[in-house]
Amino acid sequence: MAIVRIPTPLRKLTGGAEEVQASGKSVGELIGELEKKYPGIKERICDESGSVRRFVNIFVKDEDIRFLQNLETPLGDKDEVSIVPAIAGG
Amino acid sequence: MSFVKALQCKECKKQYPKEALHVCEECFGPLEVAYDYDAIAGAISRDAIAKRAGSLWRYRELLPIDGEPTVGLHAGFTPLLRAKRLGEALGHRDLWVKNDAVSHPTQSFKDRVVAVALSKAIELGFDTVACASTGNLANSTAANAAHAGLRCYVLIPHDLEAGKVIASQVYAPHLVRINGTYDDVNRLCSEIADRHKWAFVNVNIRPYYAEGSKSYGYEIQEQLGWRTPAHVVVPMASGSLLTKIGKSIEEFTKLGLVEVRGKTRLYGAQASGCGPIAEAVLAGRDAIKPVKKPNTIAKSLAIGNPADGPYAAQAIRASGGHAAAVSDEEILDAIKLLASTEGVFTETAGGVTVAAARRLIAEGRIPADEPTVLCITGNGLKTQEPLIDALPLPPAIAPRIDEFEKVL
Repeated sequence: MAIVRIPTPLRKLTGGAEEVQASGKSVGELIGELEKKYPGIKERICDESGSVRRFVNIFVKDEDIRFLQNLETPLGDKDEVSIVPAIAGG
Repeated sequence: MSFVKALQCKECKKQYPKEALHVCEECFGPLEVAYDYDAIAGAISRDAIAKRAGSLWRYRELLPIDGEPTVGLHAGFTPLLRAKRLGEALGHRDLWVKNDAVSHPTQSFKDRVVAVALSKAIELGFDTVACASTGNLANSTAANAAHAGLRCYVLIPHDLEAGKVIASQVYAPHLVRINGTYDDVNRLCSEIADRHKWAFVNVNIRPYYAEGSKSYGYEIQEQLGWRTPAHVVVPMASGSLLTKIGKSIEEFTKLGLVEVRGKTRLYGAQASGCGPIAEAVLAGRDAIKPVKKPNTIAKSLAIGNPADGPYAAQAIRASGGHAAAVSDEEILDAIKLLASTEGVFTETAGGVTVAAARRLIAEGRIPADEPTVLCITGNGLKTQEPLIDALPLPPAIAPRIDEFEKVL
């Protein structure tokens, strides 16, 4: 199971939890699992085409998945996944 | 009296109350301040503005605080210089330099955004402020927090210029250096902002903070004699300043405060070692390809994953402008050129602006006879390292007139 850090805008869907666990061999599968546990969360993270929304950054072990394999990025057991709003800084 | 109606998502238009929020919970889009422009139109005029003190607060109806400003009362209203000699060097006959290298109190345009952010943070009841910074923002947040008596945390990448680090430390904030890039610092700050109830000026206070940049654009228009410029060259890090200068021109136009001579074209300037927005513009797309490891002497612009990148690219294209990504060598040449022609010593980011302008003028993108403003947003005394090799010390001589005559 990966450990997923949930940002404030999504915590209403996770019952307020800042961190949840979910399984999945890849980030895409993990988001599918999250959707089963927390219905509605996928459409917040992904757009209609299924791609990650442009103002959402996802990090696996502190690395932006756009520098890895995007939704295909493989996940190991206990990997840390962070979902972080892209709008910050500058 | 407040002219702010609400916060509104720039993407899906969902409205939110005027609180410390920056992200739409529906679509993760950025929240932006929504004003009552009809009410503002009845309250603002050229005369009213012109009678006020010389600071960014002379445009207070268009800045997002509800009460009286409490922080940064002397920020902004920096000189707009007619840059005749630089113009001659670049082959341009109507060139201007907006010089925030002399902004009060910390010599960069960040004094504007911090004035607004901390005034708003106090309105919202915060006693602790914080920021993620490449240097200038840390300097300004720390200085203004000291003056306002607020607790302050600044987070910076570990490898900033010595001048920028000392110019934060001296104000005694809690300074945290991060082993990573600015983008790493930024991500960490988003996570900290989720946990600690602080006013992170460029995270949860960002919708208000970013509005402060509009004052840079208002001043350009007022100082040109209530006229819009034809062309503006803007350095880009997150891309926010460029979009807000565009917004300042739209607002003054909508309010009838300026004589409009055609659409102002916006030009974005970045370093080639970290130019994700410029590259998008040059490739004709809005989508930003983030830069993993920025590599440029223009550290204050080294944001690999720019928050407002798509909006900046869009604003440039919609205005009919363009972009340029310049090398470190061009940046150093441009810093020296601006200093030796206009007496303005800018930091590396200003070198990026001047070098980009030089290229855009040479390419004929910027016509040589239309009013063109270069945005100089920071001070060269803070980023001296890259100039040390470029400006070797001359030999010291004996204090004798014949020795002096020899080196003449």
